[in-house]
Amino acid sequence: MSLPAEALAALDSFQGAPGWEQRARLLMQWGERLAPLAEADKVEANRVHGCESQVWLVGTLQDGHWQFAASSDARLIRGLVALLLARVNGLSAEELQRVDLPDWFNQLGLSRQLSPSRSNGLNAVLQRMRELAGTR
Amino acid sequence: MLVPSPWRADFPAIAALQRQDQTYLDNAATTQKPQALLDALAHYYANGAANVHRAQHLPGAHATQAFENSRRKVAQWLNAGDSGQIIFTHGATSALNLLAYGLEHQFNPGDEIVISALEHHANLLPWQQLAHRRGLNLVVLPLDDDGLIDLDAAARLIGPRTRLLAVSQLSNVLGAWQPLPQLLALAKAHHALTVVDGAQGVVHGRHDVQALGCDFYVFSSHKLYGPDGVGVLYGRNEALPGLRHWQFGGEMVQQADYQHASFRPAPLGFEAGTPPIASVIGLGATLDYLSGLDQDAVNAHEAALHDYLLHGLLARKGLRLLGKPQLALVSFVVDGVHNADLAHLLTEQGIAVRAGHHCAMPLLKSFGLPGAIRVSLALYNDSEDLERFFEALDQALELLR
Repeated sequence: MSLPAEALAALDSFQGAPGWEQRARLLMQWGERLAPLAEADKVEANRVHGCESQVWLVGTLQDGHWQFAASSDARLIRGLVALLLARVNGLSAEELQRVDLPDWFNQLGLSRQLSPSRSNGLNAVLQRMRELAGTR
Repeated sequence: MLVPSPWRADFPAIAALQRQDQTYLDNAATTQKPQALLDALAHYYANGAANVHRAQHLPGAHATQAFENSRRKVAQWLNAGDSGQIIFTHGATSALNLLAYGLEHQFNPGDEIVISALEHHANLLPWQQLAHRRGLNLVVLPLDDDGLIDLDAAARLIGPRTRLLAVSQLSNVLGAWQPLPQLLALAKAHHALTVVDGAQGVVHGRHDVQALGCDFYVFSSHKLYGPDGVGVLYGRNEALPGLRHWQFGGEMVQQADYQHASFRPAPLGFEAGTPPIASVIGLGATLDYLSGLDQDAVNAHEAALHDYLLHGLLARKGLRLLGKPQLALVSFVVDGVHNADLAHLLTEQGIAVRAGHHCAMPLLKSFGLPGAIRVSLALYNDSEDLERFFEALDQALELLR
């Protein structure tokens, strides 16, 4: 399955970033580009628990394709979430079930952000996304 | 000014962590272990493991003797003398749960349990849940501006309905000694039981449970350079008869038939099942090691290091400390910077500090903070560790601002 254009752009920039500083800068840039979440969506029902920061995630299925939107009050997790959305937005329900998200972050050189002890919340966001995808 | 640690080489993991470019400054969560402990564990397992207080055979006798020697060493460490008993549990949390269940029968609806606003969840939730079970009121002592339990408020709130006071000796977030003598005196004046959570306090300096005069004192081994899986509950002789047996099975029983049983008194009656034998023996070895150190030198080192940390942090702009930390640790936030972002970038640079709510969510909420960064020290840390931390902090803040 071919990657969305946004995902290709992410791969290109992260794979060219050698050190933690460049990766952090890129993450923050991606976070800033994340489309803002409507204030009405920043409610408890959309809160992802298990994050050090506040993270909200909403997902809608339009014409058979997923569109997720998210936000966080912390910048680096916002960047991680932006990279996640770059990979999954526009996928069909079937494609979303099949996508290997840990592998996606691995390709970006960010696999450590998914280690079980990390409480940054990326794991919790992935979990919530699977729950949303499974219930529609 | 350099602050070297003469004890650093006694802890082999510090060098191993350094080889992995890790600077360990999360000592209030758990500590690295001295070689003396590693040797004791290896010796026990290599020379014949056996269960304690059960068998007639020689390995059992050796294990039991080493196990009971550890109990004696813990009693000495706390200067318990003949004033009470040392009960081994599986951690400080399980010791506090033992108390909350074992003392439950002494409470009636409307009675009050008093804790403070800075308690770790381990010294909050067992009492909160006990209060729910028995219809009790949980009274929370507020803090003053320096992060100390407010004694004026305590004098008002501790009263004739108070049946138990449970407070921390040293806060795991604020790093300040709490005014225990005054608080315990208030509780005793109303004949309330007193529980001291020494999980952080026991690691710094030496403490004397007889001088303190509390009914129960709790700590965990792993924060005191000992093995994990072991907690200590000191109970004063006068208070122990009021503690009912909680967990059942194993050698805590005296007589058992199918329908009835009778149980041993403390300590064995409260050590159901096979205890963490190797860990208890290891704790004894750690206490031997610690007893051999010059305690004044350790105190002076910890004070110098804390001073170094405090001044380094205060020299940085926009940084806000939680409370007025006196020793052991400093928690802080940076204006305009999310603590999760800062934690992320410190982690990237191999700095092991803690971020978040530090198992004290209500306390952090009272500061209006979602979390904070905590740097916590041990006797093996030195000023180079702190310099690496400061460098990483500056790098992180430069990126984030």
